[in-house]
Amino acid sequence: MSLQQLASRLQENFAAGFVKAVEWRGDLAVTVTRDRLHEVAQFLHNDPAMDFDYIVHVSSVDWPDDEERFEVVYEFYSIKKRHRIRLKTRVPESDCIVDSLTDLWKGADFMEREVYDMMGVRFRHHPDLRRILLPDDFTEGYPLRKDFPLRGKGWRDTFEFLDETAR
Amino acid sequence: MGLIQIGRHEKDGTSDVIITTIEKAVNWGRKGSLWPMTFGLACCAIEMIAAVSSRYDMDRYGAGVFRASPRQSDLMIVAGTVCRRMAPVIRKLYDQMPEPKYVIAMGSCATSGNIYDSYSVVQGVDRFVPVDIYVPGCPPTPEALFDGILKLQERIMLKRVFLRQPDQVKPGLKA
Repeated sequence: MSLQQLASRLQENFAAGFVKAVEWRGDLAVTVTRDRLHEVAQFLHNDPAMDFDYIVHVSSVDWPDDEERFEVVYEFYSIKKRHRIRLKTRVPESDCIVDSLTDLWKGADFMEREVYDMMGVRFRHHPDLRRILLPDDFTEGYPLRKDFPLRGKGWRDTFEFLDETAR
Repeated sequence: MGLIQIGRHEKDGTSDVIITTIEKAVNWGRKGSLWPMTFGLACCAIEMIAAVSSRYDMDRYGAGVFRASPRQSDLMIVAGTVCRRMAPVIRKLYDQMPEPKYVIAMGSCATSGNIYDSYSVVQGVDRFVPVDIYVPGCPPTPEALFDGILKLQERIMLKRVFLRQPDQVKPGLKA
């Protein structure tokens, strides 16, 4: 199935949630609305013609000037059909939560946790949504957001394991 | 007075007497058997590995016995970028090493954080462990690391063994 066919197939099946499909340099990126994300992903995973059985990555983009500020990007690959697709969805800052895809791809678990850790987008029905790279008691916020100061808020210079009196 | 003076035997004049101080003998022993800890964090570790391997052979300076345990080593070569989350681990390893112990900050990252002026990178390991030698470079070549080792050996020769050292900055671990 060509990328064109793949995109039009998605558009036919999910006309309501379909936002746009962009093909650039041999990559297909489909944007869907947040409420249809799980449905579309389920279709990509289960439909025999799609058969996306491998989740490549989950990442996120911060567009600080946009109304729907955060973009969650999923990339799927079909090992059998040898085609890939990028699935994007946008969420506003006031309600940044999307449906977790861990029920379809187990591999999404850690990657969604990373998105939560670094960007602060939460995932509904995720089995274990904790920070993964930063410590659990990290209080400075979400470092990949554009309004996060590059040098952080002092955490890198605090060494609480050092005994202050001994210094 | 140098490290060792060759003396002449009174009877036949053969050179079988050496004169030195105990302190220098101890220091000489210490500098000649540095046991570094296997401690690679980033790309500097590759150069450190090259320095130990046959082409460069760090063993020539008596510093080739890399140990996988801090309890058996007396030299910590911090080779690479140190993230804040790694800092307590490094401190714990340092505290486990037996005295006398030395620390080499290898490369720009361990020395100053290098270009990684970010929220998670520690801006130099000397913020939480006392560093003896800083080796510049990104990454330093094996020769540069050797220079650091030789400089450390020079420093070890200057240490006082039987007299009290001047107080060093040695932050202790919180209970």
